[in-house]
Amino acid sequence: MSISPPERIWWKPLHTEEKVWLALALIFTLSTFFFMPIWHVIGSQNPPSESYKVSPAQFRDRVSAFVEQYVLKDEAGEEREEKGIPIVHPPPGSDVYLMAQSFMWYPILELEKGKTYRVHLSSVDVEHGLSVYPLNMNFMALPDYDYVLTITPTEAGEYPIFCNEFCGIGHHRMVGRIIVKE
Amino acid sequence: MATQVEQFRTCPVTGLKVHLPAENLIKANAVAAVVFILIGGILALLVALTRWPAVHLLPADLFYRALTAHGVNMLIFWIIFFEIAGLYFGSAVLLNARLAAPRLGWFAFILMLAGAILTNIVILMGKADVMFTAYVPLKAHPLFYLGYILFAVGALIGCGLFFATLMIARSEGKYSSTLPLATFGLAVAAIIAVLTIVAGATILIPTLLWSLGIVQHMDPPTYRLVFWLFGHASQQINVAAMVTVWYLLATLTVGAQPVSEVFSRTAFLFYAFFINIASAHHLMVDPALSPAWKVWNTGYFFHIAVLASMMHALAVPASVELAQRRKGYTRGLFEWLKKAPWGNPGFSAMVFSLLLFGVLGGITGVVFGTEQLSIISHNTWRITGHFHGTVVAGTTLAFMGLTYYVIPLIFRRELVGKKLAAIQPYLFGIGVTLLSVGMMMAGGFGVPRRHWDVAAFGGSPFAFEFNPVIYPLLTMMGIGAILAVLGGAIYVGVTVGSVLFGKRVTSGPVSISFGTSTPASGTNPAKNPQEKTGGFGEPGTFVLAVIFLAVFIIYYFLNWKWLASVWPVG
Repeated sequence: MSISPPERIWWKPLHTEEKVWLALALIFTLSTFFFMPIWHVIGSQNPPSESYKVSPAQFRDRVSAFVEQYVLKDEAGEEREEKGIPIVHPPPGSDVYLMAQSFMWYPILELEKGKTYRVHLSSVDVEHGLSVYPLNMNFMALPDYDYVLTITPTEAGEYPIFCNEFCGIGHHRMVGRIIVKE
Repeated sequence: MATQVEQFRTCPVTGLKVHLPAENLIKANAVAAVVFILIGGILALLVALTRWPAVHLLPADLFYRALTAHGVNMLIFWIIFFEIAGLYFGSAVLLNARLAAPRLGWFAFILMLAGAILTNIVILMGKADVMFTAYVPLKAHPLFYLGYILFAVGALIGCGLFFATLMIARSEGKYSSTLPLATFGLAVAAIIAVLTIVAGATILIPTLLWSLGIVQHMDPPTYRLVFWLFGHASQQINVAAMVTVWYLLATLTVGAQPVSEVFSRTAFLFYAFFINIASAHHLMVDPALSPAWKVWNTGYFFHIAVLASMMHALAVPASVELAQRRKGYTRGLFEWLKKAPWGNPGFSAMVFSLLLFGVLGGITGVVFGTEQLSIISHNTWRITGHFHGTVVAGTTLAFMGLTYYVIPLIFRRELVGKKLAAIQPYLFGIGVTLLSVGMMMAGGFGVPRRHWDVAAFGGSPFAFEFNPVIYPLLTMMGIGAILAVLGGAIYVGVTVGSVLFGKRVTSGPVSISFGTSTPASGTNPAKNPQEKTGGFGEPGTFVLAVIFLAVFIIYYFLNWKWLASVWPVG
């Protein structure tokens, strides 16, 4: 009975089912554990581990400088934007900045297919979550921390990005874009 | 010692000596639990009907408020009040002992109640639209954190009384060799609870001071790490308590006894040692932590805590199979299961709790808690579906099943509406399954948790359309939520109705069964013809377990396949 103390000698040999199940379950749980470090070697998708402290003001300055340097311009020299957010085309392999702010993503990044970028992700106010649709890739944007996502877009297209960490009453309006060119 | 004698009554069903002050505290905490599941359940309906785009019930501000209150009431107040009742039951009642310091128990109860009411008032006044997690630097009213802290201190005192009662029982010779398995399981839950609550205080006290302006700065990743030491580890209290309830219900419904005490006890010990570093599960795609830290901590020490759950998942049904086979249901692999008391809500609740916890909650917990797979699940509705599998289909349903025994045994009232009670676990189980599967599948398409408007993004200039396949899934979630809330309403109705209007259970042998196997009395049914240890006595359970493992493996590797198709990142 589970409601009364067991007999004096309660450490009896296990039943066969229990032994076999224990072995099967142990093999499986060890496999699932070790598959994590193994994927760091054989896989291409791992949570980034590079991050730095950065104050919101510092990060905002870096984002501004980045946008000023690489913002796209049309023939007339006008800066290109969509709905008030500048579209930025950084060179492949460069440091790229993506700022989360209640309730917008800034700027719109235009990347090239097959090229690798170092995307610096941070927030300048509360916590936000970056979700890239339709890939369903998700990373946290925390204030005070610069999270460096080394990322390689593999297909051209427009990728909506949205916030998936509750950040306030306008949370659901926090949507932006990443554009990947051929 | 006349006074002490008067303080006990002998239970006519189990023969246990029940300490009356303990009984009153059990009643108070159980009633509070039911009140908070009622509040949480109403909020659940409001939240689900808002997230179902066809209904989209509440405006944004009320939705986020209702969601905050739903999380706090269900995850903290309902469950922990019930667990405190369970701790008093598992110590004082099961050990025939007196509860240590009942007055302190009432003080703890009042603290918890005051904390819970305070937190609810602050949330409903709109002063704490910060979600259950209250991640800094989102700031709530100071009284919100104070309510949490008062509740936690009360719960901590409750745990202390549990341990003190164990010591009293031991010194008064109520048990000699070791604790009954149920008390052992609760002891593990209480150990985890102490660590959890201390972690909660460690982070909530500075956060309270910060909200008062005394502390200037809170570090977001530190808050997340320590908060989840409280927030996730408190779910491990639920796991240990829920598994204990499985063993209890197996005993109460079919007279099962653990197949191997050493197997089940070892699995409980694995929980105590390896489960409480789980806050990593929430931090896999956070900055500031190294991959080694993440892998080690999310991996529960080589997944030993997962192994523990898999051991219980075999041991509980095996004990039922063994008990049924001893009754003569020996034909084929599954006669024991077919002839089980399916009309007894204690039994059906235990079976659904175990099955759904394992399949909906357990498998996905390992998958989404895998470092890399978190990339394609973090903060999506997959997570919400996962924990509705664990906490709602698992813990809540198990507690509901136990309630149908608490009412006759502790409140000494016969159940009113036995027929409704008999279908309640089915309704609730099916509802939560639809809800959880709908959430997880929609989450696989990127649908986020905690989001007011996935259909139109509140008119955002950059609004986009999700894959339309999510809409039938959201409908499935909505229908499931309605069924689950209906099941919850029946639970509350039967409980309240029985406690207020049920026929008094007086004396003499009382049947608390639902027309099938009566629980055996507290003695050990030791003499058994096939009491051979080391045999292959539960083949049906083993086959079911192997099927479960196959599903687990398939889902696990499917997720790696999905991960491998997204952009390389590192």
